[in-house]
Amino acid sequence: MKLGLAIEELHRSENHLARVLLAVSDRHKADHEVFYVARDIAGWSQRHVQELARIGADFGVDLDPEPEGEPGILEKVQQATSDLLGRRPEPGLLLLADLRHVHREAAGVSLDWELLAQAAQGARKRELLNLAERCHPDTLRQMRWANAKLKESATQALVS
Amino acid sequence: MGRIDRIAAPWGTRTPYGPGETWPTRVDSYLADGLSEDDVDRWVQSATILHSNGDGLDIAVKDNRIVGVRGRAVDRVNHGRLGPKDLYGWQANNSPERLTRPLIRRNGELVETDWDTAMDAVAGRCRELLDEQGPSAVAFYTTGQLFLEEYYTLGLIAHGGIGTNHVDGNTRLCTATAAAALKETFASDGQPGSYTDIDSADVICLYGHNMAETQTVLWTRILDRLAGPNPPQIVCVDPRQTPVARAATVHLAPRPGTNVMLMNALLHEIIGNGWIDRDYVEAHTVGFDELEKRVQDYPPELAAEVCDVPVEDIREAARIIGHAERLFSTVLQGFYQSHQATAAAVQVNNVNVVRGMLGKPGCGILQMNGQPTAQNTREAGADGDLPAFRNWSNDSHIADLARVWNVDPLDIPHYSPPTHAMQMFRYAEEGSIRFLYVTATNPAVSLPELARIRSILAQERLFLVVQDIFLSETAQLADVVLPAATWGEKTGTFTNVDRTVHLSEKAVDPPGEARADLDILIDFARRLDLRDKDGAPLVKWTDPEGAFEGWKECSKGRPCDYSGLSYDKLRGGSGIQWPVTEDAPDGTEHIYVDGQFWAQPDYCESYGRDLVTGAALDETEYRALNPSGRAVLKAAEYLPPHELPGQDFPFQLITGRTLYHFHTRTKTARAPQLQAAAPEVWVEMSASDAADRGWTEGDLLEVRTPRGRVEAKVRISGIRPGVLFLPFHYGYWDEPGGHEPDGSGRAANELTLTDWDPCSKQPIFKTAAAAVTRLATGDGPSSAPTTTGSRPVTGDVPPTRGGPAAEALEELATGGAR
Repeated sequence: MKLGLAIEELHRSENHLARVLLAVSDRHKADHEVFYVARDIAGWSQRHVQELARIGADFGVDLDPEPEGEPGILEKVQQATSDLLGRRPEPGLLLLADLRHVHREAAGVSLDWELLAQAAQGARKRELLNLAERCHPDTLRQMRWANAKLKESATQALVS
Repeated sequence: MGRIDRIAAPWGTRTPYGPGETWPTRVDSYLADGLSEDDVDRWVQSATILHSNGDGLDIAVKDNRIVGVRGRAVDRVNHGRLGPKDLYGWQANNSPERLTRPLIRRNGELVETDWDTAMDAVAGRCRELLDEQGPSAVAFYTTGQLFLEEYYTLGLIAHGGIGTNHVDGNTRLCTATAAAALKETFASDGQPGSYTDIDSADVICLYGHNMAETQTVLWTRILDRLAGPNPPQIVCVDPRQTPVARAATVHLAPRPGTNVMLMNALLHEIIGNGWIDRDYVEAHTVGFDELEKRVQDYPPELAAEVCDVPVEDIREAARIIGHAERLFSTVLQGFYQSHQATAAAVQVNNVNVVRGMLGKPGCGILQMNGQPTAQNTREAGADGDLPAFRNWSNDSHIADLARVWNVDPLDIPHYSPPTHAMQMFRYAEEGSIRFLYVTATNPAVSLPELARIRSILAQERLFLVVQDIFLSETAQLADVVLPAATWGEKTGTFTNVDRTVHLSEKAVDPPGEARADLDILIDFARRLDLRDKDGAPLVKWTDPEGAFEGWKECSKGRPCDYSGLSYDKLRGGSGIQWPVTEDAPDGTEHIYVDGQFWAQPDYCESYGRDLVTGAALDETEYRALNPSGRAVLKAAEYLPPHELPGQDFPFQLITGRTLYHFHTRTKTARAPQLQAAAPEVWVEMSASDAADRGWTEGDLLEVRTPRGRVEAKVRISGIRPGVLFLPFHYGYWDEPGGHEPDGSGRAANELTLTDWDPCSKQPIFKTAAAAVTRLATGDGPSSAPTTTGSRPVTGDVPPTRGGPAAEALEELATGGAR
């Protein structure tokens, strides 16, 4: 059984997605909705990290329940820079690239949840399946957010 | 007929009535200068304009001047009554400070000019930018205070003519969440309630809605029920001890920013105890299982802790709601301008839906409006939405609108959701919006984080047009100022929150060269030479009635159907509730009767959004969720507010209104009785917080957030501990600074944060973390009103009185119910 491996990989990819969302948030502090929503939904990935660490113990993997990447001094500097650049148009294009990146990362995490759910079903691990069913919709919402925000932001950034 | 000081007695004399009876008539009037009705030359039909209630009134005219007002006894909304702002507020029309000539900026100064020069400058700059950059450079920011005809024309010019997606109203600050919440639950805007529901409801819930101050006449209706036999029970959710809270059976005062937690706990109890209409839920809704599952995680004990509300009060409120036979719910800014605005307002819808309390007398929801014509901003598409609740992501709706306007569907921007106001200011900040045309609103005082807003509006690279009746703070920053006519000086219709349409006729000429907003907009379109696809002028009308006829065609067959209305039909009698059609020629009191909604995928206005991320659902997702157009029960998780109090900023700051003022006081401060009732800014603090610091009523405090600081005298009131309240009305136009603080600030929005609900895009004015220090001990109490939510709880504070200058007339109907 390689369930432990799948849990470990998801733990890694959720941690990474949370970091990506927080970094996007920091880079776009002057775009207030991106700043706040990216932080709110990074919280979902952080919660997933905790839950995966908890269930990982049952499958013989020892994972850190503490999500990585709470903002430090570097992130504060990033936020201040974002505010300073707020009067320039370039961050609009950077935002499009960042949202595209979030979408790809979230899509990867989504596939990881699919894999885990398939495996949990095959191995009849009810608790693990429940976890996947509880968490996977959050990942899909993270993807949809990136997609919707990209759609909403693209026109002004590209035609102005 | 009695004389009464309506500053001291804002709701007037009680006329008690019982459930199912007709609300008795009481005709309120006020005439200036000791005039009597015999002195009046003529009475001109209109409705109230300084709040959202839509009370029918007649304007008194003598020697071609407005000299007073009188409530219309025949009107279904008010049965003759008027509120203090209506009785005295009209005096602002006659102010010598009205703008009477266009102004243009020359060498940095605003100077008088003629209309041709001003309009050529406006249209010229707009055309230049259209040629250079295209429609993405052009934005319109309007209001909730123009007339339907003007909004519809503005939407046509912006969407159909210029082709910009950047159109919004200041309704974004007041009713955006009302619309969003209705779109989430019922897939369309449109209020499933009627004021007459108050006549028979046995439980009335007011969520974040200080109705006593925001809609005084509607509150009078409730007070009269409370004074009569078999009164309704009242549930109030508000962190302040408002007049509503004082009249409530149960008052819940949650921590700001925790409304979703509280609502989920109420639903936990209601669903958990089986106080639901299972047949209704099964026949007319989707999403119940998810809602039931979600609220299981929110027991009252948890909410009691997070919201800091006694657990037994939550249970008691749920029990009252759960046992209601006719449940009427209203919602306003305490939810709309707070954290998770739409998610919280949607849970109120959920309460009525799971209880099957819709579409019959006494059962309804009013997701309230704040401004008199906000409903029309939304209906006519001046808030960015497409006219008549058309769905921007449904191509057949776009094609239909293009047919009505005779333009190419591709000319109507519908590639993404409309740009909301906060995003428009962001685009202006980064420099991609370069032309901003502001009508009848004052963002330099009303938007959050004013230092930022002022710096955006003052940019050289932004061409700012302001169309208004006074030189507001925003107008002082403009490149061109266009003097407009206001209520009483132009004709048009407007609609209140219970869908009642009123005609407001022109009573007098506007001062000087001021012109009706509609005329100015049509002039703008002509100068831009906007045309339809056959080369004819895009705007086909030249007067309000022509615009109304155009709107009737546009709205025909849509939820807000005006096709059965006409100016003639609106003259003489009462206002009429839409939809008004061939089948319903006298209007429609209740919509959503028998669980019939406007939510079918092909017909609905919106496919909905994610309540946390704001991401719009697409057609396929909606079709799968709700193929047959039922009400959608949407569950929401609680998220903590984005700015929490801490060591440096230990308080939570909320902002709000007072009964005596409207918006940024441009009108109400020019009515002496209203100005005297609330002459200057104050800050409210609880008795325990004040006692802990040894502060007393009237001490001068400084309130600080990371964005700015405001000085105000303290009013020790019934607000919950840990929370400060500032009224948002006070800006700088009557201060030395003109448009900005000269020394200490007094506008509440110096302090608020730039953050908004991702779903409704309504800014959050009610969860900033703040610090407070005392600058000086007081030389007397604060001048905040004593009659309202700012009622003092300590000290010897003289009561708010209007004196002889505020004596109005009240005529009570004799012989009981009409």
